[in-house]
Amino acid sequence: MAGAVTAHLDHTAAQRPQHINESGLVRIILITIALLFLALVVVLPLVTIFMEAFKKGVDVYVASVTEPYALSALKLTLLTAVIAVPLNTLFGVAAAWAITKFRFRGKNILITLIDLPFAISPVIAGLIFVLLFGAQGFFGPWLDERGIQIIFALPGIVLATIFVTFPFVAREIIPLMQAQGTQEEEAAASLGARGWQIFWRVTLPNIKWGLLYGIILCNARAMGEFGAVSVVSGHIRGQTNTLPLHVEILYNEYQFSASFAVASLLLLLAVLTLVAKSIIEWKAEKIKS
Amino acid sequence: MKGSKPKAKAKSVLPGFGISMGFTIFYLCLIVIIPLSAVFIKTSGMTLPQFWETITNPRVLASYRVSFLTAFAAALINVVFGLLVAWVLVRYRFPGKKLVDSLIDLPFALPTAVAGIALTAIYAPNGWVGSLLQPLGIKIAFTPLGITIALVFIGLPFVVRTVQPVLQDLEKDTEEAAVMLGAYRLRTFTRVILPDLIPPLLTGFAMAFARGLGEFGSVVFISGNMPLKTEIAPLLIMTKLEQYDYMGATAIALVMLVIAFIMLLIINMLQWWSGRRTIAG
Repeated sequence: MAGAVTAHLDHTAAQRPQHINESGLVRIILITIALLFLALVVVLPLVTIFMEAFKKGVDVYVASVTEPYALSALKLTLLTAVIAVPLNTLFGVAAAWAITKFRFRGKNILITLIDLPFAISPVIAGLIFVLLFGAQGFFGPWLDERGIQIIFALPGIVLATIFVTFPFVAREIIPLMQAQGTQEEEAAASLGARGWQIFWRVTLPNIKWGLLYGIILCNARAMGEFGAVSVVSGHIRGQTNTLPLHVEILYNEYQFSASFAVASLLLLLAVLTLVAKSIIEWKAEKIKS
Repeated sequence: MKGSKPKAKAKSVLPGFGISMGFTIFYLCLIVIIPLSAVFIKTSGMTLPQFWETITNPRVLASYRVSFLTAFAAALINVVFGLLVAWVLVRYRFPGKKLVDSLIDLPFALPTAVAGIALTAIYAPNGWVGSLLQPLGIKIAFTPLGITIALVFIGLPFVVRTVQPVLQDLEKDTEEAAVMLGAYRLRTFTRVILPDLIPPLLTGFAMAFARGLGEFGSVVFISGNMPLKTEIAPLLIMTKLEQYDYMGATAIALVMLVIAFIMLLIINMLQWWSGRRTIAG
């Protein structure tokens, strides 16, 4: 839902004539309150993670992030994202193409259905796959006979992650493609371009920055998903433990420094995502002007 | 829905409708629709009295109450401070504004479990802020107040990012006119600016509230998880699953799903009302 809005800070809006602006004192007070609120709510947690991670020194930090269980959790997290993100990207592009380039009945219903995973608790996202593929699930006995394990194994983790990050790419590029309309593609088609040519040469260059941000955001959420993965993973160390689950296990074992050290890796991922967003916005702005 | 003509007549020169639509529907059914229907099929295996008894159990009702009240309080706080933050970011100039603007998205990009342990470390009785409030007799972590703070963190970007673009696009003319007619600044705000901001504020509120109802990772550490007091509904689903009470878990989930559907419907209606459908993403 949020995050999809690329808010370009417009400098003209900040330059207002005196008579429709607040007095200097009021401005300073409002800015101070806003910044204090953000410091308390957003900056303080951010700083805390690094402080706690390095509390017992660099050695403990390095040991915590390079121990075998942490590395296997990192590997599983990366593997999950590598499967989930391309699939959701493919879906996002296909859905955006169908929704923005054609007219059909029930378009609004389709968009709402794509949004659905946003509104659903991650715990329920995990639950549904347990109901389907768990030992007591609908397909449980069938899978069991064939020796296929989905829940408490990689496929379950990937499915839950795909569900939770389902709308990200689609939601990022649908508004973009809607705003751009269909004229350019139609012109290309009338000049004899074929489907893929139109997409690669005309559509993709227009949406590439939005698409890239959608992929990056989808990736951040895929790597950081906790609730849904927690339900389907089974928490087997070295096997089905992702990085966020590893953070939880260490925390519950009172290994706070180790827990925050691993958490700082995930924080780094979030910060990189935000940096990428800023760069993408800056690039998109430059193209526009 | 503008093309209320039958599908066959809405011809386009562009190719790829069949394959892109086909894949979209296929993938949507495979990942979302079929798995979600499992909740409805599973609950249909319960008799109505069984279902009613499960969802009206005092512990379940208490968890709904905790989830509702904390999500509501957090969304309300976010409406007030989210508006202030959006206002300051759009209208004023100050050093570091770009950085502050990027920070708004942090709760969206940060894994929820990481947010959860960080907030707990801050607000626990031996934490930075918690230890300051302890002598005053104020407890935050392991109380509904702690859950609310976690949900304020999670919900902030929803309000700021829906209000920001609307505030950006407000015409200066109406404000000018109000001033010429002799209105004071505060009166201009409540009478001229605020009415335009109500749709995005409501949308932001609904989004933050919906997200808060289902939130798990950031809450589970700071809440203390005491049944009847600080146990949220998603955690109760988790607990039931761990006890292999799939029926119970599914019944609680069904109620939350129905609420989620209603919230999504309300959000879509609000976005349609404010004319920013699909743009607020």
